[in-house]
Amino acid sequence: MTRAVRQVTWVLFGLIGLLILNLQSITLLQADELADQPTNTRRLVEEYSVQRGPIVVGQDAVARSVRTGDDEDPLAFQRIYPGGTRAAHVIGWDSIDVGRSGIEAARTDDLSATDDSVLAGELAALLGQGTSTGATVRLTLDPEVQAAAERALGERIGAVVALDPRTGEVLAHASYPTFDPTPLADHDRGAALAAWDALRTDPGRPLLDRATRELYPPGSTFKLIVTAAALEAGLTPDTAFPDDETYQPPVGQPIRNYNRGVCASGGSINLARALEVSCNTTFARLGVELGQEQIRAQAQAFGFDRTIPYDLPVADSVFPKEVDDAQLAQSSIGQFDVRSTVMQMAVVAAAIANDGVLQTPHVVRDVRDATGRLVAGPRAGPWSQGRFGSEALSTRTATLLQEMMVGVVDRGTGSRAAIPGVRVGGKTGTAENPADESATAWFIGFADQSVAVAVVLPDAGGEGGGRLAAPIARAVMEAALSGR
Amino acid sequence: MSAATSTVTSPAAGRSARRREQSLLAGALGVVLLAGILLLGANPVDPWPVALAPLLVLCALAAGVHGALRVLTPRADAVIVPLAMFLNGLGLVLIRRVDLAEGTSYAGSQLVWTVLGWSALVVTLAIVRDHRGLTGLSYTFGLLTLVLLLLPLLPVIGQEVNGARLWIDLGPIRIQPGELAKLTLVVFLAGYLEKTRSLLTVAQHRIGPLMVPAPRHLAPLLSAVGLSLVVLVSQKDLGSSLLLFGIVVVMLYVATARIAYPLVGLVAFAIGAALAFRMFGHLRTRVAIWLDPFSDALDSGYQVVQVLFAISNGGVFGTGLGRGQPDGIPFAHTDAIFAVAGEELGLLGATAILLAYGLLIARGMAIAVRARDEVGTLLAVGFTTILALQVFVIVGGLTRIIPLTGITLPLISYGGSALIANHILLALLLRISDDAAAEVPA
Repeated sequence: MTRAVRQVTWVLFGLIGLLILNLQSITLLQADELADQPTNTRRLVEEYSVQRGPIVVGQDAVARSVRTGDDEDPLAFQRIYPGGTRAAHVIGWDSIDVGRSGIEAARTDDLSATDDSVLAGELAALLGQGTSTGATVRLTLDPEVQAAAERALGERIGAVVALDPRTGEVLAHASYPTFDPTPLADHDRGAALAAWDALRTDPGRPLLDRATRELYPPGSTFKLIVTAAALEAGLTPDTAFPDDETYQPPVGQPIRNYNRGVCASGGSINLARALEVSCNTTFARLGVELGQEQIRAQAQAFGFDRTIPYDLPVADSVFPKEVDDAQLAQSSIGQFDVRSTVMQMAVVAAAIANDGVLQTPHVVRDVRDATGRLVAGPRAGPWSQGRFGSEALSTRTATLLQEMMVGVVDRGTGSRAAIPGVRVGGKTGTAENPADESATAWFIGFADQSVAVAVVLPDAGGEGGGRLAAPIARAVMEAALSGR
Repeated sequence: MSAATSTVTSPAAGRSARRREQSLLAGALGVVLLAGILLLGANPVDPWPVALAPLLVLCALAAGVHGALRVLTPRADAVIVPLAMFLNGLGLVLIRRVDLAEGTSYAGSQLVWTVLGWSALVVTLAIVRDHRGLTGLSYTFGLLTLVLLLLPLLPVIGQEVNGARLWIDLGPIRIQPGELAKLTLVVFLAGYLEKTRSLLTVAQHRIGPLMVPAPRHLAPLLSAVGLSLVVLVSQKDLGSSLLLFGIVVVMLYVATARIAYPLVGLVAFAIGAALAFRMFGHLRTRVAIWLDPFSDALDSGYQVVQVLFAISNGGVFGTGLGRGQPDGIPFAHTDAIFAVAGEELGLLGATAILLAYGLLIARGMAIAVRARDEVGTLLAVGFTTILALQVFVIVGGLTRIIPLTGITLPLISYGGSALIANHILLALLLRISDDAAAEVPA
């Protein structure tokens, strides 16, 4: 009998061993696959058991989590966006079904308090000292400036970025068409997905952040960069150029002026006046004479061909590689393959206004835990990167360029940006869209050293820069000035 | 191997076994206490004296049982009571854990059942002074087994709960007579097999390559198979049916050492199960869920899927007691309590529980080997098999080794009938081990 008992014992041990092996398979091998099962809500429930911290603009929480208070809902907290569409592209969304975007994505570790720096709070919660709450992310957005930007943009497709040139703080970051993130945060998956599908298939592409994620031909605003390169090369605002109806580069098609005539009275035109009236022939000639290395180097000094270290991902603005003289002539007036984000052009305006020094653009003012302790400060300071110093142009050049841009507003194409009693400088731009009759209208500029702004209206008609974009910039700058 | 007629107690052997038991008990209670404190730390809803009072009751209970064993079975196995106390105590903590998540209050009544269970253990030891005495009543126990199994089928008192007809309603309490039937079946089989094993061992007929005993000697095996199939069909209780069948096959094999019994039994059961599978929709559903629980994860496959989510969420170290999500798991107090352990104690904790059962199986089988008579061996094997198969059927069901069927995890799951039956089982194991350690005078 003993032998049989021993055999049975081994069989029973075998069964227990089988259970242990299978348990290992579930916890070690199948865990990821099981966690990804659509009906597995465990990670979600865990995430939503922590009160995600608010995102604050001015004094108001523009995103915050409130208790659901609903026994049917397994998730303890619901994310709400009291501002609706206000600054939606910056704030983003925190959704069960469609992930996160904007600051909700970029700072999710802080907001959900899983970051190590908030560990002390977690420990306190563990010991029963209050509930675990995520950190608060405060933004640099100025509620008045943001509202002014959205109001001025109205229902025109486009984007606005306003910076404080001295610090790099983003005062406004607006894009239209926009969206309300609230339905995306709905715990009802059907509702959230329906809202998502509607936004995703909307031909107006409301989810696209036109301030940072879309590249546009910068048009005549690029002439500022050519001018900067020229001044750095020793030319002055008074340097004279022939005032012809066309400029024939060494190869390719001739460049014409916008009005198909001369820019001044014929004969000659100086650099300052050429900028004021946005004279194509002058800048095409200037670009070819300076050479592509000079233009490219100046563009890169401002941030082209580089990644702007913003709190949100920004598409890289580009100056084309290896162009011939015909292409260089086109590029010098912001056509051909030159492409820029609105953020990049705001950085250009800000650097000029800040006497040549690039400040890192940032929208996060600080991150504080639930007790108010500072977790992280802004990602700010002069932007230098590798061989690129933070000085995009010399103080002397910057000062000259400021004066020339004030001339553009006082006497040139940017008159609609003028604010009485304030030193406003700027540059208009109207880039022809190759596909149709429309044009991309720009205005970039500054008011004193208080605010720099870039406006783009990609579907505007001719003369859009001065007529449509400049007034938007003015409204934004006025709002910024009144608050300072 | 005839029954011993007289034994002499060795005071030295008794003292040493109980001393070991004392320190092991302290260790087991220490672990349970730690688990209780961790749960309290994660869910500070109860003031700590209220929360820890049940654990004090458990300590007092352990002291009392230990004292009783010093008198009743001084030489009995020293590991069984500490292991049972560990599993029982951990069960209380886990049940309280699920209570906290679901707003129920099962832990209190489980504590009452725990006190009653350990009392039943002591009472059983006091009444059954010699396990050989049980064999005289073996046919009575056989009859009792049938009655207990069929009681739930009676009108009025019989009750169907969660799709299985396993309960009888006796006014204030509801009990599961099937839990006791497992014990009475083992006692019946031990007595029956001791008397007939020589007959059953002789193979007289050849069927193919197998030598099989005369058909009439196969009758007990076939009736057992029949019985378990009746249970399967009438009470829709796949788990108990497997368990009953396993007990019969294991005890027959130990009694006869003939592999033909398990093989013939297996074939017969397979045919019966296949027929039942074709005839009964609920069995087909069970098997379909087992094969692919995810295709209907929100309805029929919900429990298995939630159990798998819970266990995998626990990972190696677990979420920590009180930090998992047992609220979503159906039957988290009873059948699925192992999933709660898997999530909150992790692979390590769950493995520790399974190893505790493994150790219990090892002690039970060691008692079977050491028993001084065949009845003792057969009883110990039968009882140990009950524990082992229950663990396999429920944990294997939860983790998709076999189709899931509702059955309690011994000593841990909520449930009075099961707890008391398991304590009586442990008492009989202790009784046999005490007898085995007694010295026969030279």
